[in-house]
Amino acid sequence: MNTGRPSRTLVYRHGLLVRITHWLNVVAVTLLLMSGLQIFNAHPALYWGQKSTFAEPWINTTASERAGRPIGVTTIGGLSFETTGVLGYSGKAGAGEPRGFPAWATIPSHRDLASGRRWHLFFAWVLVINGLVYWLGGLAGGHIRRDLVPDRRDLSPRNIWHEIVTHAQLRFPKGEEARRYNVLQKGAYLGVALVLLPLMVATGLTMSPGINAAWPWMLDLFGGRQSARTLHFIAASLVVAFVIVHLAMVVASGLWNNIRSMITGRYAIEVEEAKP
Amino acid sequence: MTQPMGRRGWLKGALASAAGLVLAACDRINADPRATAVLQSAERLTRRAQRLVSDRNALAREFAPADISRDFRANGSIRPADPDYVAHTAAGFADWRLVIDGLVERPLSLTLEELRAQPARTQITRHDCVEGWSSIGKWTGARLGPLLDRAGLKPGARYLVFHCADSLGPVGDPNSKYYESIDLIDARHPQTILAYEMNDAPLPVPHGAPIRLRVERHLGYKHAKYVMRIEAVEDFAHLRGGRGGFWEDRGYEWYAGI
Repeated sequence: MNTGRPSRTLVYRHGLLVRITHWLNVVAVTLLLMSGLQIFNAHPALYWGQKSTFAEPWINTTASERAGRPIGVTTIGGLSFETTGVLGYSGKAGAGEPRGFPAWATIPSHRDLASGRRWHLFFAWVLVINGLVYWLGGLAGGHIRRDLVPDRRDLSPRNIWHEIVTHAQLRFPKGEEARRYNVLQKGAYLGVALVLLPLMVATGLTMSPGINAAWPWMLDLFGGRQSARTLHFIAASLVVAFVIVHLAMVVASGLWNNIRSMITGRYAIEVEEAKP
Repeated sequence: MTQPMGRRGWLKGALASAAGLVLAACDRINADPRATAVLQSAERLTRRAQRLVSDRNALAREFAPADISRDFRANGSIRPADPDYVAHTAAGFADWRLVIDGLVERPLSLTLEELRAQPARTQITRHDCVEGWSSIGKWTGARLGPLLDRAGLKPGARYLVFHCADSLGPVGDPNSKYYESIDLIDARHPQTILAYEMNDAPLPVPHGAPIRLRVERHLGYKHAKYVMRIEAVEDFAHLRGGRGGFWEDRGYEWYAGI
Protein backbone atom coordinates (compact mmCIF):
# COMPACT_ATOMS: atom_id res chain seq x y z
CA MET A 1 0.00 0.00 0.00
CA ASN A 2 1.32 3.45 -0.86
CA THR A 3 1.21 6.24 1.60
CA GLY A 4 1.57 8.76 -1.18
CA ARG A 5 4.29 10.55 0.77
CA PRO A 6 7.45 10.91 -1.34
CA SER A 7 10.81 10.36 0.27
CA ARG A 8 14.31 10.86 -1.04
CA THR A 9 16.52 7.93 -1.74
CA LEU A 10 20.00 7.72 -3.21
CA VAL A 11 20.40 5.58 -6.28
CA TYR A 12 23.65 4.63 -7.98
CA ARG A 13 23.47 6.52 -11.24
CA HIS A 14 26.96 6.98 -12.72
CA GLY A 15 29.56 4.23 -12.88
CA LEU A 16 33.23 4.88 -12.19
CA LEU A 17 34.17 4.87 -15.89
CA VAL A 18 31.66 7.59 -16.70
CA ARG A 19 32.65 9.74 -13.74
CA ILE A 20 36.41 9.58 -14.37
CA THR A 21 36.17 10.12 -18.13
CA HIS A 22 33.64 12.92 -17.61
CA TRP A 23 35.93 14.98 -15.40
CA LEU A 24 39.01 14.29 -17.51
CA ASN A 25 36.96 15.51 -20.46
CA VAL A 26 36.02 18.67 -18.56
CA VAL A 27 39.70 19.45 -18.07
CA ALA A 28 40.77 18.46 -21.58
CA VAL A 29 37.94 20.20 -23.44
CA THR A 30 38.36 23.42 -21.43
CA LEU A 31 42.11 23.58 -22.03
CA LEU A 32 41.72 22.55 -25.68
CA LEU A 33 39.15 25.26 -26.25
CA MET A 34 41.23 28.01 -24.66
CA SER A 35 44.52 26.94 -26.25
CA GLY A 36 42.62 26.53 -29.52
CA LEU A 37 41.53 30.16 -29.38
CA GLN A 38 45.20 31.09 -28.81
CA ILE A 39 46.07 29.18 -32.01
CA PHE A 40 43.15 30.80 -33.88
CA ASN A 41 44.47 34.20 -32.82
CA ALA A 42 47.69 33.59 -34.80
CA HIS A 43 45.60 33.93 -37.97
CA PRO A 44 42.09 35.03 -37.01
CA ALA A 45 40.41 34.22 -40.31
CA LEU A 46 38.70 31.14 -41.74
CA TYR A 47 38.36 29.88 -45.30
CA TRP A 48 36.73 27.07 -47.27
CA GLY A 49 38.68 24.72 -49.53
CA GLN A 50 42.28 23.56 -49.77
CA LYS A 51 43.99 26.94 -49.43
CA SER A 52 43.56 30.38 -47.88
CA THR A 53 41.99 33.06 -50.06
CA PHE A 54 43.40 35.92 -48.04
CA ALA A 55 41.24 38.64 -49.55
CA GLU A 56 38.06 36.65 -48.98
CA PRO A 57 37.87 34.86 -45.65
CA TRP A 58 34.30 33.86 -44.79
CA ILE A 59 34.91 35.04 -41.26
CA ASN A 60 37.67 37.14 -39.74
CA THR A 61 38.45 39.57 -36.97
CA THR A 62 40.59 42.66 -37.47
CA ALA A 63 41.58 45.78 -35.62
CA SER A 64 40.59 49.05 -37.23
CA GLU A 65 40.24 52.67 -36.28
CA ARG A 66 37.28 54.99 -35.87
CA ALA A 67 37.62 58.66 -34.95
CA GLY A 68 41.21 58.04 -33.86
CA ARG A 69 40.26 55.21 -31.51
CA PRO A 70 41.10 51.56 -32.11
CA ILE A 71 38.13 49.28 -32.62
CA GLY A 72 37.66 45.58 -33.20
CA VAL A 73 35.74 44.47 -36.27
CA THR A 74 34.33 41.02 -37.00
CA THR A 75 33.30 40.21 -40.54
CA ILE A 76 31.06 37.24 -41.36
CA GLY A 77 30.14 36.54 -44.95
CA GLY A 78 30.77 40.14 -45.97
CA LEU A 79 28.82 41.68 -43.07
CA SER A 80 30.87 43.67 -40.55
CA PHE A 81 30.13 44.17 -36.87
CA GLU A 82 31.97 46.21 -34.31
CA THR A 83 33.14 43.86 -31.58
CA THR A 84 35.61 46.06 -29.69
CA GLY A 85 36.63 44.56 -26.35
CA VAL A 86 35.79 41.01 -27.36
CA LEU A 87 36.83 40.22 -30.94
CA GLY A 88 39.46 42.01 -33.03
CA TYR A 89 40.64 44.47 -30.41
CA SER A 90 40.64 43.98 -26.65
CA GLY A 91 42.57 44.51 -23.43
CA LYS A 92 42.63 46.68 -20.34
CA ALA A 93 42.11 50.41 -20.81
CA GLY A 94 45.24 51.93 -22.31
CA ALA A 95 46.74 48.47 -22.93
CA GLY A 96 44.46 47.22 -25.67
CA GLU A 97 45.87 45.24 -28.56
CA PRO A 98 44.71 43.75 -31.83
CA ARG A 99 43.81 40.12 -31.13
CA GLY A 100 41.12 37.70 -32.28
CA PHE A 101 39.80 36.40 -28.97
CA PRO A 102 40.47 38.34 -25.75
CA ALA A 103 43.08 37.44 -23.12
CA TRP A 104 40.56 35.90 -20.72
CA ALA A 105 39.60 33.30 -23.33
CA THR A 106 43.07 32.04 -24.27
CA ILE A 107 45.87 29.91 -22.81
CA PRO A 108 48.25 31.45 -22.12
CA SER A 109 46.51 34.79 -21.68
CA HIS A 110 49.27 36.66 -23.53
CA ARG A 111 49.91 36.06 -27.22
CA ASP A 112 52.09 32.96 -27.55
CA LEU A 113 51.37 30.53 -30.37
CA ALA A 114 54.14 28.08 -29.41
CA SER A 115 52.72 27.65 -25.91
CA GLY A 116 49.16 27.44 -27.22
CA ARG A 117 50.18 24.60 -29.53
CA ARG A 118 51.99 22.82 -26.71
CA TRP A 119 48.87 22.82 -24.52
CA HIS A 120 46.63 21.95 -27.42
CA LEU A 121 48.63 19.02 -28.78
CA PHE A 122 49.15 17.56 -25.29
CA PHE A 123 45.51 17.73 -24.27
CA ALA A 124 44.43 16.48 -27.68
CA TRP A 125 46.13 13.21 -26.70
CA VAL A 126 44.37 13.30 -23.32
CA LEU A 127 41.03 13.75 -25.12
CA VAL A 128 41.73 10.93 -27.58
CA ILE A 129 42.96 8.42 -24.98
CA ASN A 130 40.14 9.37 -22.61
CA GLY A 131 37.64 8.98 -25.44
CA LEU A 132 39.00 5.55 -26.39
CA VAL A 133 38.81 4.39 -22.75
CA TYR A 134 35.22 5.68 -22.56
CA TRP A 135 34.16 3.99 -25.79
CA LEU A 136 35.90 0.66 -25.17
CA GLY A 137 34.80 0.56 -21.53
CA GLY A 138 31.32 1.81 -22.37
CA LEU A 139 30.81 -0.78 -25.09
CA ALA A 140 32.29 -3.66 -23.09
CA GLY A 141 30.56 -2.73 -19.83
CA GLY A 142 27.19 -2.05 -21.42
CA HIS A 143 26.97 1.66 -20.50
CA ILE A 144 26.46 2.74 -24.10
CA ARG A 145 23.78 0.14 -24.84
CA ARG A 146 22.06 0.28 -21.46
CA ASP A 147 22.10 4.01 -20.72
CA LEU A 148 22.57 5.86 -24.00
CA VAL A 149 21.08 4.04 -26.97
CA PRO A 150 17.43 5.16 -27.14
CA ASP A 151 14.85 2.37 -27.04
CA ARG A 152 11.57 2.17 -28.92
CA ARG A 153 9.68 4.00 -26.19
CA ASP A 154 12.25 6.85 -26.19
CA LEU A 155 11.91 7.34 -29.91
CA SER A 156 8.14 7.63 -30.17
CA PRO A 157 7.27 11.10 -31.50
CA ARG A 158 4.88 11.51 -28.60
CA ASN A 159 7.63 10.90 -26.04
CA ILE A 160 10.11 13.17 -27.82
CA TRP A 161 7.52 15.97 -27.96
CA HIS A 162 6.67 15.41 -24.30
CA GLU A 163 10.33 15.70 -23.31
CA ILE A 164 10.83 18.86 -25.35
CA VAL A 165 7.80 20.51 -23.75
CA THR A 166 8.68 19.53 -20.18
CA HIS A 167 12.34 20.56 -20.68
CA ALA A 168 11.22 23.94 -21.99
CA GLN A 169 9.12 24.31 -18.86
CA LEU A 170 12.14 23.25 -16.80
CA ARG A 171 10.12 20.34 -15.38
CA PHE A 172 12.33 17.30 -15.11
CA PRO A 173 11.50 13.63 -14.64
CA LYS A 174 10.97 12.60 -11.04
CA GLY A 175 10.89 9.30 -9.20
CA GLU A 176 11.59 6.14 -11.17
CA GLU A 177 11.81 8.10 -14.40
CA ALA A 178 14.82 9.99 -13.01
CA ARG A 179 16.82 6.77 -12.73
CA ARG A 180 17.50 6.81 -16.45
CA TYR A 181 18.41 9.39 -19.07
CA ASN A 182 15.50 10.79 -21.02
CA VAL A 183 15.61 10.80 -24.80
CA LEU A 184 16.97 14.36 -25.07
CA GLN A 185 19.84 13.50 -22.74
CA LYS A 186 20.56 10.32 -24.65
CA GLY A 187 20.59 12.21 -27.93
CA ALA A 188 22.76 15.02 -26.60
CA TYR A 189 25.33 12.76 -24.90
CA LEU A 190 25.52 10.34 -27.82
CA GLY A 191 25.75 13.26 -30.22
CA VAL A 192 28.69 14.76 -28.34
CA ALA A 193 30.49 11.48 -27.68
CA LEU A 194 29.77 9.84 -31.03
CA VAL A 195 29.73 12.76 -33.45
CA LEU A 196 31.00 16.07 -32.12
CA LEU A 197 34.18 15.11 -30.23
CA PRO A 198 35.29 12.57 -32.89
CA LEU A 199 34.64 15.32 -35.46
CA MET A 200 36.89 17.65 -33.46
CA VAL A 201 39.67 15.06 -33.54
CA ALA A 202 39.17 14.20 -37.21
CA THR A 203 39.10 17.81 -38.43
CA GLY A 204 42.10 18.56 -36.20
CA LEU A 205 44.05 15.68 -37.73
CA THR A 206 43.09 16.86 -41.22
CA MET A 207 45.05 20.05 -40.52
CA SER A 208 48.19 17.96 -39.95
CA PRO A 209 50.40 17.82 -43.06
CA GLY A 210 51.86 14.53 -41.78
CA ILE A 211 48.43 12.92 -41.49
CA ASN A 212 47.45 14.38 -44.87
CA ALA A 213 50.22 12.30 -46.47
CA ALA A 214 49.29 9.18 -44.48
CA TRP A 215 45.51 9.42 -44.98
CA PRO A 216 44.82 11.74 -47.93
CA TRP A 217 41.14 10.64 -47.97
CA MET A 218 40.58 12.84 -44.93
CA LEU A 219 41.25 15.91 -47.09
CA ASP A 220 38.54 14.73 -49.49
CA LEU A 221 36.15 13.95 -46.65
CA PHE A 222 36.29 17.50 -45.28
CA GLY A 223 36.92 19.34 -48.55
CA GLY A 224 40.50 20.47 -47.91
CA ARG A 225 42.70 21.67 -45.09
CA GLN A 226 41.17 25.12 -44.79
CA SER A 227 37.67 23.63 -44.77
CA ALA A 228 38.81 21.28 -42.02
CA ARG A 229 40.04 24.30 -40.03
CA THR A 230 36.65 25.96 -40.49
CA LEU A 231 34.77 22.79 -39.50
CA HIS A 232 37.08 22.42 -36.48
CA PHE A 233 36.02 25.90 -35.40
CA ILE A 234 32.31 25.27 -36.03
CA ALA A 235 32.41 21.94 -34.18
CA ALA A 236 34.18 23.67 -31.27
CA SER A 237 31.39 26.28 -31.23
CA LEU A 238 28.83 23.46 -31.04
CA VAL A 239 30.75 21.92 -28.13
CA VAL A 240 30.55 25.30 -26.38
CA ALA A 241 26.81 25.46 -27.12
CA PHE A 242 26.37 21.96 -25.68
CA VAL A 243 28.31 22.88 -22.53
CA ILE A 244 26.19 26.00 -21.99
CA VAL A 245 22.91 24.07 -22.29
CA HIS A 246 24.33 21.17 -20.25
CA LEU A 247 25.36 23.50 -17.41
CA ALA A 248 22.00 25.30 -17.52
CA MET A 249 20.19 21.95 -17.26
CA VAL A 250 22.49 20.85 -14.42
CA VAL A 251 21.66 24.02 -12.48
CA ALA A 252 17.93 23.88 -13.29
CA SER A 253 17.50 20.21 -12.40
CA GLY A 254 19.38 20.33 -9.10
CA LEU A 255 22.96 21.59 -9.02
CA TRP A 256 24.29 19.75 -5.95
CA ASN A 257 22.44 16.54 -6.67
CA ASN A 258 23.89 16.45 -10.18
CA ILE A 259 27.40 17.36 -9.10
CA ARG A 260 27.37 14.78 -6.31
CA SER A 261 26.13 12.12 -8.69
CA MET A 262 29.00 12.82 -11.10
CA ILE A 263 31.51 12.64 -8.22
CA THR A 264 30.23 9.82 -5.98
CA GLY A 265 27.83 8.25 -8.43
CA ARG A 266 24.88 8.64 -6.01
CA TYR A 267 21.85 10.55 -7.25
CA ALA A 268 18.86 11.43 -5.07
CA ILE A 269 15.44 10.65 -6.44
CA GLU A 270 12.04 10.97 -4.86
CA VAL A 271 10.16 7.72 -4.54
CA GLU A 272 6.69 6.83 -3.38
CA GLU A 273 7.28 5.04 -0.13
CA ALA A 274 5.78 1.60 -0.10
CA LYS A 275 4.69 0.12 3.25
CA PRO A 276 3.93 -3.47 3.92
CA MET B 1 12.14 42.30 -2.45
CA THR B 2 15.36 43.31 -4.13
CA GLN B 3 18.55 41.52 -3.33
CA PRO B 4 21.81 43.34 -4.03
CA MET B 5 23.60 39.99 -4.38
CA GLY B 6 21.08 37.37 -5.33
CA ARG B 7 21.83 33.75 -6.08
CA ARG B 8 22.45 34.59 -9.69
CA GLY B 9 24.84 37.41 -8.85
CA TRP B 10 26.71 35.16 -6.46
CA LEU B 11 26.97 32.43 -9.06
CA LYS B 12 28.20 34.88 -11.67
CA GLY B 13 30.81 36.24 -9.29
CA ALA B 14 31.93 32.75 -8.33
CA LEU B 15 32.22 31.70 -11.96
CA ALA B 16 34.18 34.82 -12.87
CA SER B 17 36.64 34.33 -10.02
CA ALA B 18 36.96 30.62 -10.79
CA ALA B 19 37.72 31.45 -14.43
CA GLY B 20 40.24 34.07 -13.33
CA LEU B 21 41.94 31.55 -11.05
CA VAL B 22 42.10 28.93 -13.83
CA LEU B 23 43.62 31.47 -16.20
CA ALA B 24 46.17 32.69 -13.66
CA ALA B 25 47.05 29.09 -12.82
CA CYS B 26 47.50 28.24 -16.49
CA ASP B 27 49.77 31.24 -16.99
CA ARG B 28 51.90 30.14 -14.02
CA ILE B 29 52.04 26.56 -15.24
CA ASN B 30 52.90 27.83 -18.70
CA ALA B 31 55.93 29.68 -17.31
CA ASP B 32 57.21 26.61 -15.44
CA PRO B 33 59.93 24.72 -17.35
CA ARG B 34 58.94 21.39 -15.74
CA ALA B 35 55.34 21.78 -16.89
CA THR B 36 56.59 22.77 -20.33
CA ALA B 37 58.63 19.55 -20.44
CA VAL B 38 55.49 17.53 -19.60
CA LEU B 39 53.46 19.26 -22.30
CA GLN B 40 56.35 18.78 -24.76
CA SER B 41 56.32 15.03 -24.15
CA ALA B 42 53.30 14.86 -26.47
CA GLU B 43 55.55 15.83 -29.40
CA ARG B 44 57.41 12.52 -29.23
CA LEU B 45 54.14 10.62 -29.05
CA THR B 46 52.83 12.53 -32.07
CA ARG B 47 55.99 11.88 -34.09
CA ARG B 48 56.00 8.17 -33.29
CA ALA B 49 52.28 7.80 -33.94
CA GLN B 50 52.49 9.61 -37.27
CA ARG B 51 55.52 7.62 -38.35
CA LEU B 52 53.70 4.45 -37.31
CA VAL B 53 50.62 5.10 -39.44
CA SER B 54 52.49 6.67 -42.33
CA ASP B 55 54.66 4.99 -44.92
CA ARG B 56 58.04 6.71 -44.84
CA ASN B 57 57.63 7.54 -48.52
CA ALA B 58 53.95 8.52 -48.34
CA LEU B 59 53.57 11.55 -50.57
CA ALA B 60 52.03 14.86 -49.64
CA ARG B 61 49.07 15.64 -51.87
CA GLU B 62 49.95 17.25 -55.19
CA PHE B 63 47.54 19.66 -56.81
CA ALA B 64 46.60 20.81 -60.32
CA PRO B 65 48.03 23.98 -61.90
CA ALA B 66 44.60 25.62 -61.49
CA ASP B 67 44.92 25.26 -57.71
CA ILE B 68 48.08 27.41 -57.46
CA SER B 69 47.61 30.40 -55.13
CA ARG B 70 47.92 33.80 -56.72
CA ASP B 71 48.34 35.30 -53.26
CA PHE B 72 51.02 32.93 -51.88
CA ARG B 73 52.06 34.60 -48.67
CA ALA B 74 55.73 35.07 -47.74
CA ASN B 75 56.46 34.90 -44.02
CA GLY B 76 59.50 35.25 -41.76
CA SER B 77 62.41 36.91 -43.58
CA ILE B 78 61.21 38.39 -46.86
CA ARG B 79 64.14 40.65 -47.74
CA PRO B 80 67.25 39.71 -45.72
CA ALA B 81 69.52 42.63 -44.84
CA ASP B 82 72.52 40.44 -43.99
CA PRO B 83 75.48 41.95 -45.91
CA ASP B 84 76.69 38.65 -47.41
CA TYR B 85 73.22 37.93 -48.72
CA VAL B 86 72.76 41.44 -50.08
CA ALA B 87 76.04 41.00 -51.98
CA HIS B 88 74.84 37.71 -53.45
CA THR B 89 71.59 39.23 -54.70
CA ALA B 90 73.54 42.16 -56.22
CA ALA B 91 75.74 39.64 -58.09
CA GLY B 92 72.77 37.55 -59.21
CA PHE B 93 74.06 34.68 -57.05
CA ALA B 94 77.02 34.22 -59.43
CA ASP B 95 79.45 33.55 -56.56
CA TRP B 96 76.88 31.74 -54.46
CA ARG B 97 77.75 28.17 -53.46
CA LEU B 98 75.74 25.55 -51.65
CA VAL B 99 78.03 23.73 -49.23
CA ILE B 100 77.23 20.21 -48.10
CA ASP B 101 79.60 19.11 -45.35
CA GLY B 102 79.80 17.74 -41.83
CA LEU B 103 79.61 13.96 -41.53
CA VAL B 104 80.05 13.28 -45.26
CA GLU B 105 82.75 11.40 -47.18
CA ARG B 106 82.99 14.00 -49.98
CA PRO B 107 82.04 17.56 -49.02
CA LEU B 108 80.37 19.41 -51.88
CA SER B 109 80.38 23.01 -52.99
CA LEU B 110 77.85 23.56 -55.76
CA THR B 111 77.05 26.52 -57.95
CA LEU B 112 73.44 27.25 -58.81
CA GLU B 113 74.10 25.89 -62.31
CA GLU B 114 75.48 22.65 -60.90
CA LEU B 115 72.48 22.33 -58.61
CA ARG B 116 70.15 22.83 -61.56
CA ALA B 117 71.90 19.96 -63.35
CA GLN B 118 71.08 17.54 -60.51
CA PRO B 119 68.20 15.04 -60.59
CA ALA B 120 65.18 17.27 -60.11
CA ARG B 121 61.54 17.05 -59.23
CA THR B 122 58.57 19.36 -59.84
CA GLN B 123 55.57 19.33 -57.52
CA ILE B 124 52.52 21.45 -56.83
CA THR B 125 52.03 21.27 -53.08
CA ARG B 126 50.34 23.05 -50.22
CA HIS B 127 52.38 25.15 -47.82
CA ASP B 128 50.91 25.24 -44.31
CA CYS B 129 52.03 28.00 -41.98
CA VAL B 130 52.03 27.20 -38.28
CA GLU B 131 49.77 30.26 -37.95
CA GLY B 132 47.00 28.34 -39.68
CA TRP B 133 46.88 29.51 -43.30
CA SER B 134 47.72 27.52 -46.44
CA SER B 135 48.93 28.50 -49.91
CA ILE B 136 49.56 26.29 -52.92
CA GLY B 137 52.64 26.67 -55.10
CA LYS B 138 54.61 24.87 -57.79
CA TRP B 139 58.17 23.99 -56.89
CA THR B 140 61.07 22.68 -58.93
CA GLY B 141 64.30 21.69 -57.29
CA ALA B 142 67.14 19.24 -56.84
CA ARG B 143 66.16 16.11 -54.95
CA LEU B 144 68.03 15.98 -51.68
CA GLY B 145 68.41 12.18 -51.62
CA PRO B 146 70.70 11.87 -54.67
CA LEU B 147 72.77 14.84 -53.42
CA LEU B 148 73.34 13.02 -50.13
CA ASP B 149 74.38 9.91 -52.05
CA ARG B 150 76.88 12.00 -53.99
CA ALA B 151 78.32 13.47 -50.80
CA GLY B 152 78.23 10.08 -49.08
CA LEU B 153 76.86 10.25 -45.55
CA LYS B 154 79.14 8.84 -42.88
CA PRO B 155 77.62 6.15 -40.63
CA GLY B 156 77.19 8.52 -37.67
CA ALA B 157 75.11 11.07 -39.59
CA ARG B 158 71.52 11.20 -38.32
CA TYR B 159 70.32 14.72 -39.05
CA LEU B 160 70.84 17.46 -41.61
CA VAL B 161 71.19 21.03 -40.37
CA PHE B 162 70.28 23.80 -42.81
CA HIS B 163 72.25 26.99 -42.21
CA CYS B 164 70.58 29.99 -43.77
CA ALA B 165 71.71 33.42 -44.95
CA ASP B 166 68.94 35.39 -43.26
CA SER B 167 68.58 36.81 -39.77
CA LEU B 168 65.23 36.98 -38.05
CA GLY B 169 66.12 39.66 -35.55
CA PRO B 170 69.12 41.96 -35.30
CA VAL B 171 71.55 41.42 -38.18
CA GLY B 172 74.96 40.45 -36.80
CA ASP B 173 73.60 38.67 -33.73
CA PRO B 174 74.55 35.00 -34.26
CA ASN B 175 71.33 33.95 -32.50
CA SER B 176 69.30 35.72 -35.17
CA LYS B 177 70.51 33.47 -38.00
CA TYR B 178 67.82 31.15 -39.27
CA TYR B 179 68.51 27.44 -39.19
CA GLU B 180 66.54 24.23 -39.33
CA SER B 181 67.12 20.51 -39.13
CA ILE B 182 65.44 17.34 -40.39
CA ASP B 183 66.12 13.63 -39.94
CA LEU B 184 67.17 11.25 -42.69
CA ILE B 185 63.64 9.86 -43.20
CA ASP B 186 62.51 13.31 -44.31
CA ALA B 187 65.82 14.03 -46.08
CA ARG B 188 65.43 10.98 -48.32
CA HIS B 189 61.69 11.47 -48.93
CA PRO B 190 61.03 11.68 -52.70
CA GLN B 191 59.36 15.10 -52.37
CA THR B 192 62.19 16.64 -50.36
CA ILE B 193 63.89 19.06 -52.72
CA LEU B 194 66.06 22.14 -52.73
CA ALA B 195 63.70 24.34 -54.73
CA TYR B 196 65.25 26.89 -57.09
CA GLU B 197 62.00 27.58 -58.99
CA MET B 198 58.59 28.66 -57.80
CA ASN B 199 55.64 28.74 -60.20
CA ASP B 200 58.00 28.22 -63.21
CA ALA B 201 60.18 31.24 -62.38
CA PRO B 202 63.44 31.54 -60.43
CA LEU B 203 62.65 31.44 -56.71
CA PRO B 204 61.94 35.05 -55.69
CA VAL B 205 63.76 36.67 -52.77
CA PRO B 206 60.73 36.76 -50.40
CA HIS B 207 60.42 32.98 -50.80
CA GLY B 208 64.09 32.19 -50.18
CA ALA B 209 66.21 32.86 -53.29
CA PRO B 210 68.25 31.21 -54.56
CA ILE B 211 67.07 27.98 -52.88
CA ARG B 212 64.70 26.90 -50.18
CA LEU B 213 64.08 23.51 -48.67
CA ARG B 214 60.77 21.85 -49.47
CA VAL B 215 60.10 19.21 -46.85
CA GLU B 216 56.46 18.44 -47.55
CA ARG B 217 54.55 16.78 -44.66
CA HIS B 218 55.84 19.53 -42.35
CA LEU B 219 54.67 23.01 -41.40
CA GLY B 220 56.14 26.05 -43.11
CA TYR B 221 58.91 26.92 -40.68
CA LYS B 222 60.72 23.64 -41.48
CA HIS B 223 61.02 24.78 -45.14
CA ALA B 224 64.23 26.77 -44.59
CA LYS B 225 64.75 29.65 -47.01
CA TYR B 226 68.07 31.18 -48.20
CA VAL B 227 69.90 27.89 -47.55
CA MET B 228 73.70 28.30 -47.69
CA ARG B 229 75.03 25.18 -46.09
CA ILE B 230 73.77 21.70 -45.28
CA GLU B 231 75.66 20.06 -42.45
CA ALA B 232 75.27 16.37 -41.66
CA VAL B 233 75.43 15.85 -37.90
CA GLU B 234 74.99 13.11 -35.37
CA ASP B 235 73.09 15.33 -32.97
CA PHE B 236 72.05 18.99 -32.77
CA ALA B 237 71.99 19.31 -28.99
CA HIS B 238 75.27 21.28 -29.05
CA LEU B 239 73.99 23.72 -31.64
CA ARG B 240 72.55 27.12 -30.64
CA GLY B 241 69.49 26.59 -28.41
CA GLY B 242 69.88 22.84 -28.78
CA ARG B 243 66.38 22.20 -30.16
CA GLY B 244 67.32 22.00 -33.82
CA GLY B 245 65.95 25.19 -35.29
CA PHE B 246 65.35 28.91 -34.96
CA TRP B 247 61.67 28.50 -34.06
CA GLU B 248 62.29 25.26 -32.16
CA ASP B 249 64.62 27.21 -29.87
CA ARG B 250 61.67 29.56 -29.31
CA GLY B 251 59.29 26.82 -28.21
CA TYR B 252 57.94 25.36 -31.44
CA GLU B 253 57.96 21.62 -32.14
CA TRP B 254 60.92 20.06 -33.93
CA TYR B 255 58.51 17.52 -35.39
CA ALA B 256 56.25 19.85 -37.35
CA GLY B 257 54.06 17.23 -39.03
CA ILE B 258 51.10 18.53 -37.02
